[in-house]
Amino acid sequence: MVAQDAHAHAAPQGFIRKYVFSLDHKVIGLQYYFLALAAVFVGMFLSLLMRIHMVWPSAILPIVGEIKPETYLQLLTMHGTIMVFFVLTTAPQSGFGNYFLPIQIGAPDMAFPVLNMLSFWTTFVAFIVMLAAFFAVGGAPLHGWTGYAPLSALTNSGPGEQLGADLWITSIAIFCVASLMGALNFITTTLDLRAKGMTMMRMPLTCWAWLITAILGLLAFGVLLSAGILLLLDRNLGTSFYVPLVVVNGQIMGHKGGSPLLWQHLFWFFGHPEVYIAILPGMGVASQLLSTFARKPIFGYKAMVYAIMAIGILGFVVWGHHMFMSGMSPYSAFAFSIMTMAIGVPSAIKTFNWLGTLYKAKIRFQTPMLYAIGFVSLFVSGGLSGPFLAQPVLDIPLHDTAFVVAHFHLIMGVAAIFGMFAGTYYWFPKMFGRMMNESLGRIHFVLTLIGTYSIFMPMHYLGMAGQPRRYSQFTEVAYLQHLMPLNRFITYAAFITISAQLIFVFNLFWSMFKGPKASDNPWEATTLEWTTATPPPHDNFGGHTPVVYHGPYEYSVPGAAKDYVMQTDPAGVPAH
Amino acid sequence: MATFSSTIRVPQADKGGGGTHPPVRGGGGDGGRGDGYPDYGQRLRRLRVGLAIGLTSVTMIFVSLTSAYIVRRGLPTFDDHTGTYTRDWIPVQLPLALLLINTALLAFSSLTAEFARRQITRQAALAPVQSIPGVSLGRESGFPWLALTVVLGLGFLSGQWLAWRELADRGFYLATSASSSFVYLLTAAHGLHLLGGVMVLLYAATVSLLHRPVERRRIVVDVTAWYWHFMFVLWLGIFALLWFVR
Amino acid sequence: MGLALLVIIWLITFFSTYFFVAQTWWLPHGTATAAAFIDHQFALTYILMGIVFVAAQGALGYLVWKYRDGGSNRPVEYSHGNTKLELIWTTLTAVLFIGLNLMGSHVWASERFEPAGPGSVPVEVTGMQFAWYFRYPGADGKFGRTEPKLMDPSAGNEAAVGLDTTDPASKDDVVTGTMYLPVNRQVDLTLRAVDVIHSFFVPSFRFKQDAVPGLAIHMHFTPTEIGEYEIACAELCGLGHYKMHGMVHVVGQEDFDKWLAAREAEKQ
Repeated sequence: MVAQDAHAHAAPQGFIRKYVFSLDHKVIGLQYYFLALAAVFVGMFLSLLMRIHMVWPSAILPIVGEIKPETYLQLLTMHGTIMVFFVLTTAPQSGFGNYFLPIQIGAPDMAFPVLNMLSFWTTFVAFIVMLAAFFAVGGAPLHGWTGYAPLSALTNSGPGEQLGADLWITSIAIFCVASLMGALNFITTTLDLRAKGMTMMRMPLTCWAWLITAILGLLAFGVLLSAGILLLLDRNLGTSFYVPLVVVNGQIMGHKGGSPLLWQHLFWFFGHPEVYIAILPGMGVASQLLSTFARKPIFGYKAMVYAIMAIGILGFVVWGHHMFMSGMSPYSAFAFSIMTMAIGVPSAIKTFNWLGTLYKAKIRFQTPMLYAIGFVSLFVSGGLSGPFLAQPVLDIPLHDTAFVVAHFHLIMGVAAIFGMFAGTYYWFPKMFGRMMNESLGRIHFVLTLIGTYSIFMPMHYLGMAGQPRRYSQFTEVAYLQHLMPLNRFITYAAFITISAQLIFVFNLFWSMFKGPKASDNPWEATTLEWTTATPPPHDNFGGHTPVVYHGPYEYSVPGAAKDYVMQTDPAGVPAH
Repeated sequence: MATFSSTIRVPQADKGGGGTHPPVRGGGGDGGRGDGYPDYGQRLRRLRVGLAIGLTSVTMIFVSLTSAYIVRRGLPTFDDHTGTYTRDWIPVQLPLALLLINTALLAFSSLTAEFARRQITRQAALAPVQSIPGVSLGRESGFPWLALTVVLGLGFLSGQWLAWRELADRGFYLATSASSSFVYLLTAAHGLHLLGGVMVLLYAATVSLLHRPVERRRIVVDVTAWYWHFMFVLWLGIFALLWFVR
Repeated sequence: MGLALLVIIWLITFFSTYFFVAQTWWLPHGTATAAAFIDHQFALTYILMGIVFVAAQGALGYLVWKYRDGGSNRPVEYSHGNTKLELIWTTLTAVLFIGLNLMGSHVWASERFEPAGPGSVPVEVTGMQFAWYFRYPGADGKFGRTEPKLMDPSAGNEAAVGLDTTDPASKDDVVTGTMYLPVNRQVDLTLRAVDVIHSFFVPSFRFKQDAVPGLAIHMHFTPTEIGEYEIACAELCGLGHYKMHGMVHVVGQEDFDKWLAAREAEKQ
């Protein structure tokens, strides 16, 4: 284990050691980021096909041909799985976190560089196995990213439910192992590798977010792994963890006594913390950027820390709100419902504090800030549909309708993505030594903000009108016909929004080579990554050890020479 | 492609300004090597912290399996014939004697692992003394506690295999009943983790044969021994569950 | 850019709110007793959340415009927060959220904590890939036995649910593919599923409940208006999920009795 230090601290030679099996957290962070970028384009393409099929079910498309109802469900399953695991759990945490956690706390690398390298390549293998499901006999599974049993536990419940489903479960199991390795690394690093003067309460809120996210992952992914193993056993070795006596197509299956609700409990015990894993890093980035570009300390740093902790803890006791209609005890439903309303409180605190940060500030509108502001708006929109779904009586008409789809997409599919865009535009200069183009950034921001609102806000109305989820087409239900114009509007908005993402991709890759050179601290920010060279040297700080004198949000300190005081600046700041 | 600074810093022996110094967290020298390695005491602590964190996730795996077990045991199943709910949990006839023997083997192996851990701790503590010219503490090798731990561990795993054979003879296979499924699953999950521990112990034994520095060997043996103790306590928990909540 | 942001955020807020207030696309007309309270609780929630929505988005748009860096030397308020304010808005939020939840809880309790009352109409709903079957127990009020071995959807409704005709209680059981209910009488529903999880969703009744294999779930509701209402499956159940459709006909008590009698007669 100690041998890896030798590898970590001397700069590696050779293409393979430097870029492929690198032990450098910066390289690994970028590897995760680009994996997520590839995954998000796969996921977006799948969603575009879905949207087309929903409004033109009999359309024959170029290349992909006809989309049958089962194909639609396969697209839907893979869209959800790829986006949740390989984009939302990967880029914000393993991508940016890997790159910037060590630097922001003043460390030369993560605690366990070899483990870090292994966790990336394990994630990569998981991604390949997931993609392989498309090519399996029967194709990808059609049981949704939530994989409810018995649909997912029976090999004859539909196309794709044979090898495809087994590959899907295997990929997720591999992903669980990779995530646990990563979580271990993040937590140990945060606890053990902070530089002198970097107390926990002087850490940037991004570091807090990465820490709590890692703790959530540590406690949740093991449960998903167990759930997946039980599912594999039911599917392949005849056990009956999840499957009671069932008859499929007139054939009595050999199972007996299992409980479909067991899968739901295990899955959602993981699944709920998972959605907080998806959003917390974005909240950390939003806090960081709002303070930096408003030139004002974050409003209520301690409250922000307690709020993240509260969200993390409460996130473990609300999973039953996904199961109000499941046949679960209505008494449990009541308890879960109260806890779910409670978790809205720390989220609200964070929102108030973001607004408080903007109050009497001096706001600069460079692209990273636009995305941070967009994040707040989207988080408010997505969050406020939560109290509807949290009440079991209101969940009765809304469960499994487009209303739920609106809720989670606004938060995970847009706000969290805006967090990633914000992080990209913000940290790009430090990672690549060049600036991204501001004009393209603005255009991308406006198109994406308006575009995503146009896609997902109307879904609330569709859900209230009773449009169920996961319907490949709406031709068979009379009361849904009047909703088709709105569905078409959403599809058109999706076309435009997805196209607009090409602007971002172009900006990203073009700027890597041709963007104007960046200084070491182009945003005049205070945290440790801006004290070091651009891009950072192999050991992050070029041989010297940073010493930290105060917190991360010392902007516009009265009496200071400049409107920002870096964390490594020994100059005093008012006590608080 | 991204550009990274590829300046190579040649490690300096002294602690002057041009050397590569990782952040030192207050106190603690660097073990006498000024070339940028965290001192081995720090390294050991870091790995122990990492192990504790990693074992939390292993605990969650077994917590989820245990709660699934308990819930399933108490769950009534809807019987189509009678239109009522009935309990269908069949207690497994565990080969108790065999399992007790296995438990004893694992307990002894935990003991031997602990002796191995303390032995190498002493050796590491005395290592600086060895470097004093003229001082000799005799040969380094003591009783092969590590090797004995490996043997006992493999003995436990073989015993578990025999227990499975006995279960099969009694008519309890993986898919026979919910209870038997859990018995196989829990013992297999534990056995797999223990096997991983055995492989790391073998690595630790190899490292010692290859005469790596004793500080590094101590770290490997220490962390593995703690992992081993955890595996023993975990087994006690699983065994207690399968026997008292059958 | 501050002004642009204000305009964009306020316009998005305006259009989103407009369609909610105008109820352009809305919950369908409610035709069961639960609808009144559910709709009331829904309205309360959406008004309160709507106010928060407009206030928060409005504040966001306003703040980014008002406090933009316009090049002037207006001082920034160096502040790390305000603990009193934090406590106030935390408490208010907690009261709002939890209070809202507690207000709706008695309806949940009455719907779900208590079983159907005496005199309710027993109906068993069985979901399977990809159809709904409805069973009425007939004059003896008892549902006969069903056997998985006997399930054969191609052989008619009774065979689809695997009705065991050797059981005397089965003789008067009526199994149909369409659901008929008498108006203004509580329905004692038993939900079952044969293969995978389905969900019995009738938007007009504000009724939804998953049908889970291995469970027989009891629910109740009371239709209040004569008419025809669609059933849509609301839990992904396979490739035919989108067409697992059914109809509920709510008719007067006399018409219901006539219909049931006709079905029983057909069995002979």
